[in-house]
Amino acid sequence: MVRVDGRGNGNSLVRVRGLDKKYQRGSEEIHVLQGLNLDVDAGDFVAFMGPSGSGKTTLLNLLGGIDLPSAGSITVAGDEITHMSAGKLTAWRARHVGFIFQMYNLIPVLTAFQNVELPLLLTKLSKAERRQHVEAALGIVGLAERMAHYPRQLSGGQEQRVGIARAIVADPTFLLCDEPTGDLDRKSADEVMDLLSRLVREHRKTVLLVTHDPIAAQRAQTVLHLEKGVLVEGRAAEVR
Amino acid sequence: MKYRHLIFANLFRKKIRTTLTLGSFAVALFLFGLLAVVRGAFNQGLEVAGANRLVVVNKVSIIQPLPISYKEKLAQISGVTLVTHANWFGGVYQDERNFFPQFAIEDETYRQMFPEFIVPEDQWNTFIGDREGAIVGEDLVKRFHWKVGDRVPIKGTIFPGTWEFNIRGIYRGSRPQDDTTQFWFRYKYLEERENAFWKGLIGWYTVRIDNPDNATRVAGAVDEMFANSPWETKTETEKAFAAGFVKQAGNIEFLLVSIGSVVFFTLLLVTGNTMAIAVRERMRELAVLKAVGFSDNFVLALVLGESLLLAAIGGGFGLALCKLFTLRGDPTGGLMPYFYLAPPVVILGLFSALAVGVVAGILPAWSAMRLRVADALRRV
Repeated sequence: MVRVDGRGNGNSLVRVRGLDKKYQRGSEEIHVLQGLNLDVDAGDFVAFMGPSGSGKTTLLNLLGGIDLPSAGSITVAGDEITHMSAGKLTAWRARHVGFIFQMYNLIPVLTAFQNVELPLLLTKLSKAERRQHVEAALGIVGLAERMAHYPRQLSGGQEQRVGIARAIVADPTFLLCDEPTGDLDRKSADEVMDLLSRLVREHRKTVLLVTHDPIAAQRAQTVLHLEKGVLVEGRAAEVR
Repeated sequence: MKYRHLIFANLFRKKIRTTLTLGSFAVALFLFGLLAVVRGAFNQGLEVAGANRLVVVNKVSIIQPLPISYKEKLAQISGVTLVTHANWFGGVYQDERNFFPQFAIEDETYRQMFPEFIVPEDQWNTFIGDREGAIVGEDLVKRFHWKVGDRVPIKGTIFPGTWEFNIRGIYRGSRPQDDTTQFWFRYKYLEERENAFWKGLIGWYTVRIDNPDNATRVAGAVDEMFANSPWETKTETEKAFAAGFVKQAGNIEFLLVSIGSVVFFTLLLVTGNTMAIAVRERMRELAVLKAVGFSDNFVLALVLGESLLLAAIGGGFGLALCKLFTLRGDPTGGLMPYFYLAPPVVILGLFSALAVGVVAGILPAWSAMRLRVADALRRV
């Protein structure tokens, strides 16, 4: 259940209250988010849409703890992250957040396996355990056979699937996807969206997606529009 | 170490750039090693100087002789326990380029005075039983492929004529820095053959004293004893004597330190530039690492680690090359008999290279550490 009116039942996985974000650009103050409220339950698949500059990516960055709000609070799985120290926030990200980026952001000098293994290096898992997890993640995204390939040896769609494997390998609390299909052709974009839908449906992942693409947004259970700094509910759809 | 591949992969992503930077380190450290070797060669006399030995030379100049009659008088000075003497021969073996020092030594006391030079007892006994006998250093033997029993002709320059010697023994040094390129023969042989001018004269005395603390007093007593005589003396510690030689060649120390400083400063700029570019090129990747959960300190350590690795590999390679170069021996044909890259120099070189690595890497590493993830990810 997704709510934007600030009246969630308190059991939400993600709970945002009165979120404000202002930027200073020269002498001009830009008020991107204005008292935004949001409640997302575990297993939800939410798409955020809106025009460029509306603050979609800013919202995602705030939810992922890589940016700080000007006011308001964000609570994820009971952890209030807005007042965490930088060090604690880093550790929290490692445990709870899986990022998927538009430009994939794989490290070009590492193989698919090594890219996916990165988040696991922060855990206490043994080498053998890490290998098991990486193989499982790459198996889920259908790239088990490509684990020794470097990003330059993969197609855009494959690179994004490696990015998704990296995001899910440490079993985070939720996935934050910033325009994951923005750099892909239609076919690859559909494959990536199929994969995200499957993660929600079969693996009970919580996915928060920012996109410009209405076709991609249709895959989400809930579509929210960001208008004038607040979220407005769109339409709900069945997860395909 | 589970992060090893991360450091190595990043380091070698731009192979040409990394190779060139490694080359800069290698050349710089090779040069550093070589400068240290040259410095060591110049200062070798200082390093091997015995604290309890004084050198007595003619007050006018070292090339002026002293009477052999001084020996008995020197031995009577309080605090003096042993006196020996030597002459510079200055001969040429086959070709002038084959330089090596030849000394006419007093065979009764020379070995006692310089116990750091080790000669087998039987060879020494054969030497002192042969008027034309000679003892040579092991490096000299290697250089000219001599062996015990060989007869060696040396053409005199100060003492005219061709002098023939029988190699009766080979000495070695007890320390790596000991000069084993010398050629010793008996003073008695020189005295018998030399012309009238040199009769009863020697080049210099070496005096052993009972306590290094008495050096100033004994040196004063020696010079006072021969003051106002036709052969006045100048007495100083062996170390001061060696330092005087080094000074004659100019301010070598300043020259070497200046060159070394310029080399390291240039290296610092080159490496700093390389690291700065390397970090700027992958701001997004570093931001992704942070987004994934790697800490600021980890990113700092990662960049510094790359810089240190560059320094260690390049510097190590340069020093290894330098060591190999010195193993070939003195390239000047005898002017620098002590041509040796000592382990402390290698350690100092490695530390210097690592220090350059840290200094060159610290600013890029700091900027990587301070990187704001959201800002870096926004950049295309």
